[in-house]
Amino acid sequence: MTFLRLLFRNRLAAMGAVVLVAILILVLITPLLPLQNPDTTATADRFQKPFSDGHLLGTDHLGRDLLSRLLHGTRLSLAVGIAAAVIAATIGSAIGIVAGYFGGRIDNVIMRVVDMLMAFPYILLALAIVAALGPGLMNALIAVAAVNVPFFARNIRGITVGLAGREFIDAARLAGMGHTRIILTELLPNVLPVIIIAMSTTVGWMILETAGLSFLGLGSQPPQADLGSMLGEARSALISHPHTSVVPGIMIFLIVMSINLLGDGVRDALDPRLRSGALSRPLPTTLVDRQGDIPAATDDLLAIQNLQTQFHVGKRIYRAVGGVSLAVKPGECLGVIGESGSGKSVTALSVMGLVASPPGVITGGAVRFQGHDLIGARYETLRQKRGDRVAYIFQDPLSTLHPLYRVGRQLAEAIQSHHKVSSAEARTRAISLLKDVRIPNAESRVDNYPHEMSGGMRQRVGIAMALANEPDVIIADEPTTALDVTVQAQILSLLYDLRRDRGLAIIFITHDFGVVAQLCDRVAVMYAGRIVEEGPTDAVLEAPAHPYTKRLIACVPELGGGRRALAAIPGLPPVVDDLPPGCAFAPRCAKVQDACRTQEVTLAGAAPRAVRCLFPEEAL
Amino acid sequence: MGGYILKRLISAIPVLLGITIIVFLIMSLIPGDPATAILGSYATPENVEKLNRDLGLDKPMVQRYFIWLSNMLTGDFGRSYSLNRPVIDEVLERFNATLILAGTAFVLCSILGVLAGVISAARQYGLADKAITFIVLIGISVPSFFLGMMMILAFAVNLRWLPVSGMFAIYGGGDLPDLINHLIMPALALAAVATGVIARLSRSAMLEVLRQDYIRTARAKGVPERRVIMGHGLRAAMVSIIPILGIQAGFVLSGAVYIEIVFQWPGVGRMLVDAILKRDLLLVQGGVVFVAACYVLFNIAVDVAQSLLDPRIKT
Repeated sequence: MTFLRLLFRNRLAAMGAVVLVAILILVLITPLLPLQNPDTTATADRFQKPFSDGHLLGTDHLGRDLLSRLLHGTRLSLAVGIAAAVIAATIGSAIGIVAGYFGGRIDNVIMRVVDMLMAFPYILLALAIVAALGPGLMNALIAVAAVNVPFFARNIRGITVGLAGREFIDAARLAGMGHTRIILTELLPNVLPVIIIAMSTTVGWMILETAGLSFLGLGSQPPQADLGSMLGEARSALISHPHTSVVPGIMIFLIVMSINLLGDGVRDALDPRLRSGALSRPLPTTLVDRQGDIPAATDDLLAIQNLQTQFHVGKRIYRAVGGVSLAVKPGECLGVIGESGSGKSVTALSVMGLVASPPGVITGGAVRFQGHDLIGARYETLRQKRGDRVAYIFQDPLSTLHPLYRVGRQLAEAIQSHHKVSSAEARTRAISLLKDVRIPNAESRVDNYPHEMSGGMRQRVGIAMALANEPDVIIADEPTTALDVTVQAQILSLLYDLRRDRGLAIIFITHDFGVVAQLCDRVAVMYAGRIVEEGPTDAVLEAPAHPYTKRLIACVPELGGGRRALAAIPGLPPVVDDLPPGCAFAPRCAKVQDACRTQEVTLAGAAPRAVRCLFPEEAL
Repeated sequence: MGGYILKRLISAIPVLLGITIIVFLIMSLIPGDPATAILGSYATPENVEKLNRDLGLDKPMVQRYFIWLSNMLTGDFGRSYSLNRPVIDEVLERFNATLILAGTAFVLCSILGVLAGVISAARQYGLADKAITFIVLIGISVPSFFLGMMMILAFAVNLRWLPVSGMFAIYGGGDLPDLINHLIMPALALAAVATGVIARLSRSAMLEVLRQDYIRTARAKGVPERRVIMGHGLRAAMVSIIPILGIQAGFVLSGAVYIEIVFQWPGVGRMLVDAILKRDLLLVQGGVVFVAACYVLFNIAVDVAQSLLDPRIKT
């Protein structure tokens, strides 16, 4: 039912359905309509114009009534096309099911033959069959059906292979059912919907193909006429009497288009990815729709002020970042820590407008770099800062480096996007960058593709790319999460050195308190899109004030600390589309009280520390 | 790379053999006495007897196949009875014309289709996207032969911009501008459907790619948006677009049959249809095997292009 609703919400698909049904009804009642005999010739009345007396659509070169011929021709074309589709679907699916179900050698042989048949441009095969059998509508039907058999065989085999390995087939086999019975009672019902969909998407095509063969004079033979042969016969009078061509041509067009529209609608309604709108491409910058006041400038190098970023999916609004303020000074390293889904990455991406949009929208606050607000800034302003003043290091360098460009080229591009530098010079710079991040054999590595490098190596390339223009701020989004511990330690010490030597400010996003302890001066803990605690790293580690922070620290195993039960936090972080009033951590908190669930909790405390809790572990 | 091409060529041998077997089997479907069927209205008793001897119809099928195959390998595709000349000569001459038509149409639909798809994806839900989607929908729904006929009416008969049909003007033609003049309409009509299909699939390939993390990386580096789309995006999308182009080449080749009839283009498609109507089956057989073999080789070229484009493919 939802399927039909989805289908008809698509206005084009509904239009296609209406046109198609109208044509179907028309051809079904054709024998009942008061039409002239489509084959009665009247040479005196040849080539009558449309709307002439007694001939609504005029007459053809033999004086036959075009309306009558059109309806009978449509009837024939549809019948032949649908018959070809049914035959092709039946034979092709049978072959596909047998191949997929039995597998092994049978499958191998069948699929080889199918591949060979598909190596032909389809018309050659159809022409060869018609040539052997002789021209005629029946033979054209056989040819078109035969040409489409491999398509069904291959598709249905794919589905069957997937099903044949499933438990219910094994169960049927263990119950002692024979192959035929398993295929008919277990497999076929599951494959049938796919067969019907494949048929609905190809039937238009087959109508067109049979019409095509008739057009070539290889299908229906006079006086019998389908749409194709009507068009074929009219061709000789195309220039003098175009209406005899236009009439059948438009009918073919209408049939094919309505089937296409309906088929697209069916496919879209069935594809769940399209339903959620996930297949939209992100815009060059995140959409901005700011409400409320814009905070005033500060003297920080980079300041995120009361930032609010949301995801709008259909009617639901996910408040991924619900008013976050953070700031860094030159040479400072700020850790942002939280579980997956706490909004830490979205906060980081919002800075340079890199949150995927749609569905992301920045709805409030400001991001100031050296006092200038970047939210809502022009694309070109933002682009010039990206990678030049504020650079990113991303998690999982296999997916974040372009798979088809050599790493040297990707590094050079980072430089050339901001500075007029020759390619040779950019390459030299790329090599020295690779050396800076301690990649051995930088001169040869520069020509590697990402897939030719190890994970740690790729991460170094990612760091080198961030350093390319000597930025003021680096935002590192879990740069070590995908790496093993020894490589992680190397990368961290590399970042530490760079920060000390170049006065870089780093915002380091992670879910690992161990990493924060090693690298960061200050730390902010995020939960459900908000900061719940912040302060100097040592102070927070020593005496966490928020129950969540405390439990997060307790999750970190300690080397040499002996055996102790690791205290996992029960439950999951909340979904941010419908946050309860009060403290978001309340449902998972061991110390929760009634007030926590009703009252808005603010971030409070004496600088440099702050906590968002009514009953903190430590008084600040 | 050379090794890879060689490997692909060797792997094509069974496919080529398969094609000859399939064509041979189809041709043995001919009802009644094949020699009479093949010679049709041109048959004289001597010819029938000679053909029976030539085809070795007294011999078993397997032996007949190998004789036919070995003859073809030496370039002997038999003799066309309706044209009274060797099949291979006629096919080569006609294939040349088809190659000009289908090749032009293929280049047109590749460029126009990919470009339309990229614009459509980059401007998703925008005006350009909607306009392209609409034109594409019309394009893939009009049968190419009807489109061709309507183009003749519009541009040759009414506007008199272009010649109605043929490959060259009968008087004073024969040079390149004349050929191009004759080529424009049939090539466009032939390219229309494939352009639509390619545009659609390129659009979704681009949408898929533009959501990837490495596009975000390019943007984070400050790469200008035009380069993000036309460089990073298109480069990655081409990996899935190239196979689509290969498949569409087959459809363009198929569609050429109709277009050659509509525009009286002296290509191999029109030759095949004429040969079928005249029951000149040796000509059909030879033409089908030859064109199918060329198509298989073309697909190898597509695979090679693919491996050049994607360094992750082991060559």
